[in-house]
Amino acid sequence: MDTTAIIVTIVGLGLVAFVLWYFFFSARQAASAVSSSSGVQEVAITVKGGYSPDIIEVEKGKPVQLSFYRNEENSCSEELLMPDFSIRRDLPAFKTTLVELLPEKAGTFPFTCGMGMLRGSLVVK
Amino acid sequence: MEPTTKTETLDIEGMTCASCAAAVEKSLSRAPGVQSALVNFATEKATVQYLPGQASPATLKEAVVNAGYSVTERPPDTSAAERSAETDRQKALAYQKLKRRFWVAVGLVVVIMPLSMLMLWPAMMQRVNVQWLNYLLLLLTLPVLGYSGREFYVSAWNGFKHRSANMDTLIAVGTGAAFFYSLAATVVPGFFTSRGLMPEVYYDTTATIIALILLGKVMELRAKTQTSAAMRSLIGLQAKTARVVRPGGAEVDVPIEQVQLGDIVVVRPGEKVATDGRITEGQSSLNEAMLTGESLPVEKQTGDSVFGATLNKTGSFRFEVTKVGADTMLSQIVKLVEDAQGSRAPIQRLADKVSAIFVPTVVVIAILTFVLWFDLAPVDTRLPLALVNFVAVLIIACPCALGLATPTAIMVSTGKGAEHGVLIRNAEALEKAYQVNTVLLDKTGTITKGEPAVTDFVAPGQDGPRLLQLVAAVERQSEHPLAEAVVRHADDQGADKLTATGFRAVEGKGAAATVDGQAVLIGNRRLLTDEGVTLSPELTAQAEQLLSQAKTLLYVAVAGQAVGLVGVADTVRDTSVAAIKKLQALGIEVVMMTGDNPQTAAQVAGQVGITRYFAEVLPADKAGKVKELQGEGRIVAMVGDGINDAPALAQADIGLAIGSGTDVAMEAAGITLMRSDLNGVVTAIELSRQTIRTIKQNLFFAFVYNTLGIPIAAGLLYPFFGILLSPMLAAGAMALSSVSVLTNSLRLRSFDNH
Repeated sequence: MDTTAIIVTIVGLGLVAFVLWYFFFSARQAASAVSSSSGVQEVAITVKGGYSPDIIEVEKGKPVQLSFYRNEENSCSEELLMPDFSIRRDLPAFKTTLVELLPEKAGTFPFTCGMGMLRGSLVVK
Repeated sequence: MEPTTKTETLDIEGMTCASCAAAVEKSLSRAPGVQSALVNFATEKATVQYLPGQASPATLKEAVVNAGYSVTERPPDTSAAERSAETDRQKALAYQKLKRRFWVAVGLVVVIMPLSMLMLWPAMMQRVNVQWLNYLLLLLTLPVLGYSGREFYVSAWNGFKHRSANMDTLIAVGTGAAFFYSLAATVVPGFFTSRGLMPEVYYDTTATIIALILLGKVMELRAKTQTSAAMRSLIGLQAKTARVVRPGGAEVDVPIEQVQLGDIVVVRPGEKVATDGRITEGQSSLNEAMLTGESLPVEKQTGDSVFGATLNKTGSFRFEVTKVGADTMLSQIVKLVEDAQGSRAPIQRLADKVSAIFVPTVVVIAILTFVLWFDLAPVDTRLPLALVNFVAVLIIACPCALGLATPTAIMVSTGKGAEHGVLIRNAEALEKAYQVNTVLLDKTGTITKGEPAVTDFVAPGQDGPRLLQLVAAVERQSEHPLAEAVVRHADDQGADKLTATGFRAVEGKGAAATVDGQAVLIGNRRLLTDEGVTLSPELTAQAEQLLSQAKTLLYVAVAGQAVGLVGVADTVRDTSVAAIKKLQALGIEVVMMTGDNPQTAAQVAGQVGITRYFAEVLPADKAGKVKELQGEGRIVAMVGDGINDAPALAQADIGLAIGSGTDVAMEAAGITLMRSDLNGVVTAIELSRQTIRTIKQNLFFAFVYNTLGIPIAAGLLYPFFGILLSPMLAAGAMALSSVSVLTNSLRLRSFDNH
């Protein structure tokens, strides 16, 4: 192995480590729902290459209103799936789509795009 | 009894605390005609039960306003039809854009390819300035990246910021690497030549990959719109206008959104029924195939329910609107199917887990591929080889096929089920129905019609039709269910209607009246005995024979002489025998359960070809019987129609509720059959089997494609066979993988069990 090969190997392994850390192990931010005057827990979520925020904490037993604003045209994010609540919704680009649900059980319920690539989760406490 | 109250839901505005809700509730409860009022502070909704004569939505609103709050007026429903129209428009637009981007890429590739080929002819190379050619190719490739492929880079970047990676990430990194390498070779070729490398460019690879992946996307989008075709046609069935009769008698066409509860709507032959209601005037036959899958028209007369989107065939009638917007049967069916399409199939779980870690894993494999090739390949070719294989790994790996495998099949099959009057609650139900090996049928209302019907009319030595007229005349005055059966039978036979006088019901025994001057008695044996009528030996023999067939008997006497017998039984549906045979042919054991005595049970079971049955099962024990079968290690589907079947439906591995077509919301059942016959059970099980088979094929294909594709692209075959996968071929394979999964799912559209 010459010097270039050694450099390439080290850089490559470094990149591998970075990819693994970045996508799997780095810390994520959670956001809590804000209860409106009427007792509905409201959360605004922007959809652009992912969901921000992507971890949403809500309380059990109170109605939840998620407003998804899809800020892109990319087809990956055009569908929203919340299988635990039997919700499949089209998210029109540059529009807000309201999704209402009632969390009756505590737990972590993932939501994804139509193909399961973009991910977020609803944490019910 | 008809419920005399109506229920209205109001959206209340301005409530800031729980006590406000209490105030609104109090005000509503005190309003005249209101039976009960419930205000939910959290959802800002009031549910009010009221007497339609004394209160109306307007007076309810007044009560809310009096309490100091207001009612939000909202359109009756942001109906599925409107929503789907909007998303359809958007999707059509996106499809147009995508096609334009694809054609731009194709147009440029057509130029780029032959120019890149020039390199293959040394004679040509002599005359062409390679430096200039590379710059020309760069110019031609830029629009492919910047316009056609822009979305991939934007999406990959957005995803990266969110620590999420998708298919676009792979394409962006792959084509990006090929492009930047080529760019460097174009701008600073000296850097390469000084290290003994040919400054090769991969503009053709970059452009072709983008064009091919766009082709895949175009095909994918087109196929995807077809997966929901059945749903869209269902939604499209909704009528746009209704002809409402105004209080003055004038008939006005109004948009369907403006139709209100209580309106009278006219429907003429050949027209669609606008919404759900009850016929107040006239009669007709209606085609309800769109809701129930039953292709034969259904006779309807005054008092019968009609449903929106069904087709009026023969007569003209008026109906009172009982449901609008989201409450209508059609909307509920659409909602149910939509929910099912949003649910998760357990079979998808593994694929979901793989999808979640797919892209980062592939990126890692690609980097390792690059490093290994760079370290192991001969020094003068190591950089291009490492690059080509790196790109190939990124491009061939496709999470799409994995992600599409299950949902597309479920979309198609739930829509298809709805077309056949089979409503599947969720994907799990679909998956359960596939495993079923035992079907437990509740006899009454499922195998049989659930109502008594005349099976025998015995009148030895008499004018039978005449006797039927006499009997029917008496029974027309009675309200007994058996009497109804006799009247129905007489009507079916087209018997003339005679008038009976001096009608007298004898409690627990029967009835008597005078028809055409003759005293007619009809009832059980005790009635005749009490009235001093004796039975001839011939009739006695006939009676015994009918009783041995577990039939209920009505004895008829005219002018003090016993003259005939009417045998009544709950009759087997016309379709039951064939459906049970089909289930058995599918390898499913059919078991019957009934509250009747063993004799009747044996009779019916024998008639429909069932060998195993439970008789004298109390309603409370039904779930226990399901458990008993499950205890034998069977996967049980329970089919039932009544409220008392609910625990058994829930206990079963999969419950199939036979809906009379009036109540879609059958909570306990995983599958609801809109049509009252057992063929729906066959359809449900066959559809489920085909769907799960399709999903398994899809998943197998997606996994095999990726597990074989990635190592081949990484160059695993090279040391043994000298085979390397060109990134362009990888792009083609990727485009094909998701399209073929979709195409496989779309095959379910041809499902037809008739």
